[in-house]
Amino acid sequence: MVTRGFFGRRPTAEVAARLPPGQYKENGFPVLSAGPTPRVDRKDWTFTLKVGPKPIKSWTWDQFNALPQTKLTRDIHCVTKWSKFDTNWAGVSVDAVLADAGLSPPTEYMLAHSFDGYTTNVPFKDLTGERGMVATSYEGQPIAPDHGGPARLFVPHLYFWKSAKWVNALQFTTSDEAGFWELRGYHIYGDPWREQRFTGD
Amino acid sequence: MDVKVPFERLVWQQATVTRIVEETPTVKSYFLTPPQWHGFMAGQHVDVRLSAPDGYQAQRSYSIGSAPETPEVELVIEKLETGEVSPFFHDVVQAGDTVEMRGPIGGHFTWGRGDGGPLLLVGGGSGVVPMMSMLRHRASVAPEVPAVLVYSVRRFADIIFRDELFARSTSDPNFQMVLTVTRETVADRRVRAGRIDDALVSDVLARFAGALPKHTYVCGANAFVDVASRLLIDMGVPFPTIKTERYGGDPARQGGGAQPVPEP
Repeated sequence: MVTRGFFGRRPTAEVAARLPPGQYKENGFPVLSAGPTPRVDRKDWTFTLKVGPKPIKSWTWDQFNALPQTKLTRDIHCVTKWSKFDTNWAGVSVDAVLADAGLSPPTEYMLAHSFDGYTTNVPFKDLTGERGMVATSYEGQPIAPDHGGPARLFVPHLYFWKSAKWVNALQFTTSDEAGFWELRGYHIYGDPWREQRFTGD
Repeated sequence: MDVKVPFERLVWQQATVTRIVEETPTVKSYFLTPPQWHGFMAGQHVDVRLSAPDGYQAQRSYSIGSAPETPEVELVIEKLETGEVSPFFHDVVQAGDTVEMRGPIGGHFTWGRGDGGPLLLVGGGSGVVPMMSMLRHRASVAPEVPAVLVYSVRRFADIIFRDELFARSTSDPNFQMVLTVTRETVADRRVRAGRIDDALVSDVLARFAGALPKHTYVCGANAFVDVASRLLIDMGVPFPTIKTERYGGDPARQGGGAQPVPEP
């Protein structure tokens, strides 16, 4: 139904083609998070790969950064409606993490954990083949604390709440376990192109 | 504790704007009556969707300022001159119009009677909106819960809900307000001058009489939320008891007008 008197401000066709439904183009980089920014010192940083409750391997910051590096340039889409184009990230692909641990994926599901207790679920198929990585730099610089530094998950083809800030573990789970926002009304999968913002979308 | 499942699917519905109230020179309240509405938790927000004749649509999120027990849903919208949606609300929308909305949304930055207190609410600018919902709800369902609101605005004229907040702080023995104005000096003894700092936070925490707030909510622009939450943590407020909601970026550069912007 047409909203009386609304004509809107259309993006160019080129921009519109890259915007998922309901999104607008943002040039800045907004910060959103459920709590204060945790201060994580690189010397205290660790990252752990788990299968269920069992830790498979942990890395210190230096060990993690010695793993093969991946660079990705992608558009990102936040469920709060903004999208940002051509963002540049570097880090370690999830495939490289598994390879270094000598682990074949034991289940189809993963849950990411963060230093502040945040969690979010992402199917393994959405993390493999360089679709997902643990990012340690943004635009050639260390990731700022309020954007999730030292390291955040980066899964750009899903709404950006899936790209967990301050990530410190990836865990294989036997079933698709809802994470922090998924337990609070947000979609279990979160595909921006299908506008899966909330439960039932 | 703030998790409620399962969720019903959020459907878009046409809500009628019953009245519009000017809160400040740049902020108006829009009272809506969505036809299928099953309540919400204080602190939640809704999505609004506008449709142009050719099918183009724009969506934004707005926090609810009214309490769950009041029949209308009050959205408080600040006009961002460069925005796409908020100028439409301010310049075009009239009582009697309908706009599409769905909600409620957000299951974290919320307060209900079962959460208890004491409560510390720290709002910057229109970040006060979800806190107003909590304060109104608390006053009607749990007035015994102590609550302190720290509210930082640029100018005296920018104080949203000004009369109501002053009235509540006078009449409600369990509610205190610490109001600070950052860009002008005001000859009003109820108002402090300057940005939130350690002296202000220390004064605020002293009002909890030796205890700490059970729940702290901080909402506003990112820089405000960062400074306020860091000061609180440095002065002993436990990290896990602090919930934040940050504006979605720099409104001046933003195509839209998302304002207290919600989770995540």
